Amino acid sequence: MEPKDHIDSTINHLFRQESGKMVAVLIKIFGTENIELAEDVVQDALVSALETWKFRGIPDNPKAWLYRTARNKAIDIIRRKKHSKTIDFSDPERKLLTSEYTLANTMDNFWKEEHIQDDFLGMMYACCHPNISPENQITFILKSLCGFSTKEVARSFLTTEDTISKRLYRTKAYFRKHKIRPSIPYPEEIDTRTTAVLSAIYLIFNEGYNSTHDDQLIRKDLISQAMWLCKSLLDSKRTQLPEVYALMALMCFHTARVDSRITEEGALILLSDQDRSLWDTELIALGGNYLNQAAFGETLTTYHLEAAIAYQHCTALNYEGTNWKEILKYYDLLSNIDNDPIVSLNRCLILLELHGPEEALLAIEEIKDHKIIHTYYLYYAIMGEIHERLIQTGKAVEYYQQAMQLTQSKPEQQLLHNKIVRCLE
Amino acid sequence: MKEFLMLIRGGQEKYNSVSPEGMQKHMEHWQQWMSNLALEDKLVGGQPLMNEGSTLTEGGKKVIDRPFAEGKELVGGYLLIKAGSLTQATKIAKDCPSFEYDCSVELREIAPMD
Repeated sequence: MEPKDHIDSTINHLFRQESGKMVAVLIKIFGTENIELAEDVVQDALVSALETWKFRGIPDNPKAWLYRTARNKAIDIIRRKKHSKTIDFSDPERKLLTSEYTLANTMDNFWKEEHIQDDFLGMMYACCHPNISPENQITFILKSLCGFSTKEVARSFLTTEDTISKRLYRTKAYFRKHKIRPSIPYPEEIDTRTTAVLSAIYLIFNEGYNSTHDDQLIRKDLISQAMWLCKSLLDSKRTQLPEVYALMALMCFHTARVDSRITEEGALILLSDQDRSLWDTELIALGGNYLNQAAFGETLTTYHLEAAIAYQHCTALNYEGTNWKEILKYYDLLSNIDNDPIVSLNRCLILLELHGPEEALLAIEEIKDHKIIHTYYLYYAIMGEIHERLIQTGKAVEYYQQAMQLTQSKPEQQLLHNKIVRCLE
Repeated sequence: MKEFLMLIRGGQEKYNSVSPEGMQKHMEHWQQWMSNLALEDKLVGGQPLMNEGSTLTEGGKKVIDRPFAEGKELVGGYLLIKAGSLTQATKIAKDCPSFEYDCSVELREIAPMD
């Protein structure tokens, strides 16, 4: 590797890993009303790093170097803004920042390793406040905690930078107006608050895992960020909850198969046709560990069941050897927890494998009155599949065509197109 | 609640000869002491001062390029604190870390000008 490339990749890695943590610490120092200020300091520190390391090489401990630089820049800002109204110094710890007798020590205290992790998690909980919409939550998380540029966030959601800026603006305005203080919730509310954090993480993951993106790099990036965020919850005792382990396991199982799901041209490959030798056995084993760790307490969440289903797929030697019976059991439990039509639809697919098209059709009849189902491409895709198996190819083609109209994803459309061609042969 | 100015004088000789570790320990004492004041809402503010300065006398016509008093009398820092009375302020000042460096502390109540 050329030295410059080496510096770029180190910076990129550091940027992603550390910028969110530095932003969290600086928000604690400056207050949530000064998020931009915190982000500017981090940007400055990264620019200084690039400029200095280009000539002097990367220091032995680049992370410590970055933290030190951000700390010093924060001290400069405190000195400059000591008498302005920008920062609220009424809080006792912040008051100590205004005196030179205590500025340096107080600042060092903010940057202690054991506080940084808590501040980072505290920001995650703050972002996932129930009054902030999920799309604004994940936009803010990617931008401020994962070090994405506005452009990268926009590409992640297939939207414009303008839309992303508006979302960020609204979230920051909310923080300012309600003086949200980032913190890890108290034990009595940690469960419900964690649910919101996990669903934001899972949204980010799915954004990467689902096939709406042509760009492989963005997809992998989103997947690894989601896993990193979940891992950081697992690194702190206070947030090591069963459902966090379960989501981590689920993401490991899905990610283990990610390379076998899509051809180099970006076309989807069905589970039955995937090359199982491409599955990442280490990640499957890791997921298995997490799933074991998820089995404590009284909580059985959808993540537990989805992970259990994914585990069955991951450990089947081949498609025919899949333990459909066991999987159906998990789907039944899933339907009990949450009456999600998507779950019911997927359950029909299992019935199709286990008991054939007649029974799948009966099951789908039961849920077809759900209004929302008729807007899902999946419903029509499954109906197509069922009718294809019933050798009613005319009907099957009609359903596949309807499904094609309802999905925006090119790979999904291609897959449906292939099925139609298959029917017409 | 009244406000009091704490004028801290002297100590330069000892400060100049202290090791970095000794200084660090000393600053930690400041941290603890001021942190308690802040938590009890008794701290308004305060700063250490540089040894250099200038002094104007004779109606501002004469300027000397050094502080008015030197040595043991040199003002090295100040603090503004809140206290109910001079006695209470004096009690607070007794724990000031500057005494570790042989400083003297003078307490003066802020005068309301009606």
